[in-house]
Amino acid sequence: MNWKNAFSTSIGKKLQMSLTGLFLIIFLIVHCYINAQIFYNDGGVRFTEAAHFMGTNFVIRTIELGLFAFLILHSVQGLLLWAKNRARRNTRYAVNAGNSTSKWYSRSMALLGTLVLLFLVLHLSKFWGPNRLSQTTGNGELDLYTMMRDEFQVTWVVIVYILGCIALGWHLLHGFYSAFQTLGLGTHRYKGIIKGIGVAFSIIVPVIFALMPVSFYMGWVS
Amino acid sequence: MNLTLKVWKQKNKNEKGHFETYQVKDISSEMSFLEMFDVLNEQLVAEGKEPIAFDHDCREGICGMCSMHINGRAHGPWHHTTTCQLHMREYKNGDTIVVEPWRANSFPVIKDLVVDRTSFDRIIEAGGYISVNTGNAVDANALPIEKQKADEAFAAAACIGCGACVAACPNASAMLFVSAKVSHLALLPQGDPERKTRAVNMIQQMDKEGFGSCTNIGACEAECPKGISLENIARLNREYIGAVFSGSGEGA
Amino acid sequence: MTLNSKIPAGPLESKWKNYKSTCKLVNPANKRHLDVIVIGTGLAGASAAASLGEMGYKVKTFCFQDSPRRAHSIAAQGGINAAKNYQNDGDSTYRLFYDTIKGGDYRAREGNVYRLAEVSANIIDQCVAQGVPFAREYGGLLSNRSFGGVQVQRTFYAAGQTGQQLLIGAYQALERQVALGNVTQYSRHEMQELVMIDGKARGIIARNLVTGELERFFGHAVLLCSGGYGNVFYLSTNAMGSNVTAAWKAHKKGAYFGNPCFTQIHPTCIPVSGDHQSKLTLMSESLRNDGRIWVPKKQGDSRKANDIPEEERDYYLERRYPAFGNLVPRDVASRAAKERCDAGYGVGASKQAVYLDYSSAIERYGKTEANKQGIENPDARTIRELGEGVVKEKYGNLFEMYEKITGEDPYKVPMRIYPAVHYTMGGLWVDYELQTNIPGLYALGEANFSDHGANRLGASALMQGLADGYFVVPYTLGNNLADDIRTKAIPTDHPAFEAAEKEVSDRINRLMNIKGKESVESFHKRLGKIMWNKCGMARNAQGLKEAIEEIKALRKEFWSNVFIPGDIKEFNPELDKAGRVADFLELGELMCLDALNRNESCGGHFREEYQTEDGEALRQDDQYMYVSAWEYKGDSQYEMHKEALDYEVVHPTQRSYK
Repeated sequence: MNWKNAFSTSIGKKLQMSLTGLFLIIFLIVHCYINAQIFYNDGGVRFTEAAHFMGTNFVIRTIELGLFAFLILHSVQGLLLWAKNRARRNTRYAVNAGNSTSKWYSRSMALLGTLVLLFLVLHLSKFWGPNRLSQTTGNGELDLYTMMRDEFQVTWVVIVYILGCIALGWHLLHGFYSAFQTLGLGTHRYKGIIKGIGVAFSIIVPVIFALMPVSFYMGWVS
Repeated sequence: MNLTLKVWKQKNKNEKGHFETYQVKDISSEMSFLEMFDVLNEQLVAEGKEPIAFDHDCREGICGMCSMHINGRAHGPWHHTTTCQLHMREYKNGDTIVVEPWRANSFPVIKDLVVDRTSFDRIIEAGGYISVNTGNAVDANALPIEKQKADEAFAAAACIGCGACVAACPNASAMLFVSAKVSHLALLPQGDPERKTRAVNMIQQMDKEGFGSCTNIGACEAECPKGISLENIARLNREYIGAVFSGSGEGA
Repeated sequence: MTLNSKIPAGPLESKWKNYKSTCKLVNPANKRHLDVIVIGTGLAGASAAASLGEMGYKVKTFCFQDSPRRAHSIAAQGGINAAKNYQNDGDSTYRLFYDTIKGGDYRAREGNVYRLAEVSANIIDQCVAQGVPFAREYGGLLSNRSFGGVQVQRTFYAAGQTGQQLLIGAYQALERQVALGNVTQYSRHEMQELVMIDGKARGIIARNLVTGELERFFGHAVLLCSGGYGNVFYLSTNAMGSNVTAAWKAHKKGAYFGNPCFTQIHPTCIPVSGDHQSKLTLMSESLRNDGRIWVPKKQGDSRKANDIPEEERDYYLERRYPAFGNLVPRDVASRAAKERCDAGYGVGASKQAVYLDYSSAIERYGKTEANKQGIENPDARTIRELGEGVVKEKYGNLFEMYEKITGEDPYKVPMRIYPAVHYTMGGLWVDYELQTNIPGLYALGEANFSDHGANRLGASALMQGLADGYFVVPYTLGNNLADDIRTKAIPTDHPAFEAAEKEVSDRINRLMNIKGKESVESFHKRLGKIMWNKCGMARNAQGLKEAIEEIKALRKEFWSNVFIPGDIKEFNPELDKAGRVADFLELGELMCLDALNRNESCGGHFREEYQTEDGEALRQDDQYMYVSAWEYKGDSQYEMHKEALDYEVVHPTQRSYK
């Protein structure tokens, strides 16, 4: 089996989803760690330092390209799979099993993923986009900390961010375990551990993210 | 007890189907679900109407022929139970039961509740066997197999090929079925020489038959009448990854 | 016509060896030009088709189910016998042969049975090589269990699903041949007629059950592996679709039917719960390993089982047969249960049941387990819990099934069981080569009459089916086809095919045009009642004569008043069933004729007039030491041919399990 075939069968496509998903999970950890610097409440000193490193380091910038490639691959492949899988059953059931045989969020990965994606567009257009634009046009880095402080005074923005984090949490609740299951690690020996870590991860990371706008809004961080 | 049944009627593969409503009376709680259908069919024949076609054979939960989607559940609400072993104790007077065929493009309806599952045969043909001709075998005890492995292989081999996994899967994927066979044979030393080509070939055939892909939802495991575990899907994935790295399985 | 069983000359243990070394062979290049039709894809059919495909024959398989894997061999629970002597308990080819002959009440051929015992060991090897996951010990070697009628442990098993695992093994081998192009598989096809050309079987007419079309298929040989005819009783442990049609059509074309009255009634089935009952469910014979069978000592005792104290229980099998106890052969156990129920000791609402009790096994296992775990002075509850755990591991799936069907928890209350029709030892008459008296027509597995005499021992059906398919027919078919290599495939527009197809379509048209009032199901039920009451576990001349008349009348009524809805050229299960019931209505009469002819009791055939003082079967060896092979001569006209059974090695005695 050549490499192309290897990734184009149904399992091959799942491997694409799993591997890109795991990469995005690692990205989330890094992103979460950097942003959590604001909780030092030092007026953004440590945060700006970290953001500067992430925004200017050559290696990180290169990985950033990969990140976008993987994000796009993950989104496009995910949506294609969803559409294809849906088309495998032209006549639908009149009565569905609903939640008695599976979890709603496992069945709704495409929807949750789309919500996360829409949220991302908003998020990138608020911070990452302007910053990189400023960098490439020779105007240097923007003061992201101040931008955050200002943005998160707006009520609807904070609400959208909280909703985005909730969608991310549900998406991860299935996605984290699923990525490892696809890699073949869902055995009786590891399944429990993976599911446990997955649940913890899907709660902790989105909560930390959500705490950022909330903290600025409530004035816990300034 | 008296019941209202809404049953899918479809003349053949090409014509459109629809639901039809029937009333059945004096159903005993001792009856199996299929015996309740026998009563209904006898009633229809007595009225000079055509009975409802449904697949069934052994009626003891092992042949895998029966295949009804009952109130949204493959093989009905009982855990680890085929339709033929579901009993009417489950229902009470006045209940309405909706009965549909397995729905998946790879399982086209032949008539009413009867579907065509020959795609499963073709998946097995693609590699679900050990290539050993009659007469080639060594003494059975020449090959000791760890009890735990043998038990796990048996648990996977318990699959009856009914297709409930496909029926239950929101993606109409046959991964649980394929993984049960791949696991059964990969767990045994006899199956080792062909393990990688087997996994790849069977997956390619599954795709070719038009089944959906697995997204680890788990409805298949919940509905499998034989309790085939998702762990088998994990094992199939491992087998597949192994084949990717070693470049085995040139097949089609 | 005299019956030639073609048993090779020479001492028993060298007959098969000599046959194999001297039989004619077909060279591989010629095999590619020889077509073989296999009807039925159970253990016998699938194993034969796979093996013949491997050898290079062009094989076509037919089954009425949607896949070969559904054949009813799949429902066999307990196990498969083989003379491996892995347990070092004195087993041998001879002992398996002897047990089978004795178990069959001396009504089987020595030569066939010895061959069966000989190849039994190869079957286990073959199945393990295919990946059949038999139960194993902690050391990694195969495990064995005991079965009825035998004092060694020679039964290999895969939990309570041995038949399933063996069939899946054979099915996989078959699918491999399909993939290689050696076998073409026709599912949802039912054989409707045998095509004969120049006195030889040369093909079949099959009905495509999806489209309703009739299709013609040519074969140099036709193998009937279509199973038994237990469904003539309506209620049996057979699958709903199991039928005699293929064998019956062959019979009407001239193939003799051997010992049709030999029916096995299995002692441990879940009792009938009401009129709606569509089939009966077997509880594996292996349950008799640990379970104890009893009825109350008091007639008509209506107390709950658990309220009846130990000293008021009658463990009648242990009482009557101390040597074998609960493990007597099936016919003996069934009759003993019937005797108790008829005498008014039956239990349950219908009083047509006896108890199968696991409480003492649970206690015994519980104590052993407590010992193992080092629990000192365990209380009764702990013992029970531990014991239930052990029983669950051994028989869990069966207990679960019992609970689903009856709604009672068999760990807490004794199971209720009653005998039910399970297997038919009779079938098409075949010679040593498994060929019927029609050249080119073979019968394998339960479809033939050959190896089990008047009663089959537990775990021997799987053995016979696979022996016939994997290890016998691949040799014997070649021996005959070697003379056929010059016969080119006959085109299916040959007049014989035309005529056969017309016969079938006429019959179907006739059935559809009756347009009567009564359903097929109802006729089947009525036939079943006659058969069960008058040709069931106990028979007598008077009843059999009545039954014959009743069946004739019922048949007449069927052909004038049956109602079949739907059309011919479509998927029409009612029409499929009508064809099968029409054949059962003829077979039932022949079974009664055979039972009436056989004025003795042997194995599953119990004639009330012929019993010992203590109610055991009384054979009449001087008069009935023969196979009755019936020839069809026209409607209700049968001529019997006798094949004498010569015992060279075993000396028939009164079977004793005391």
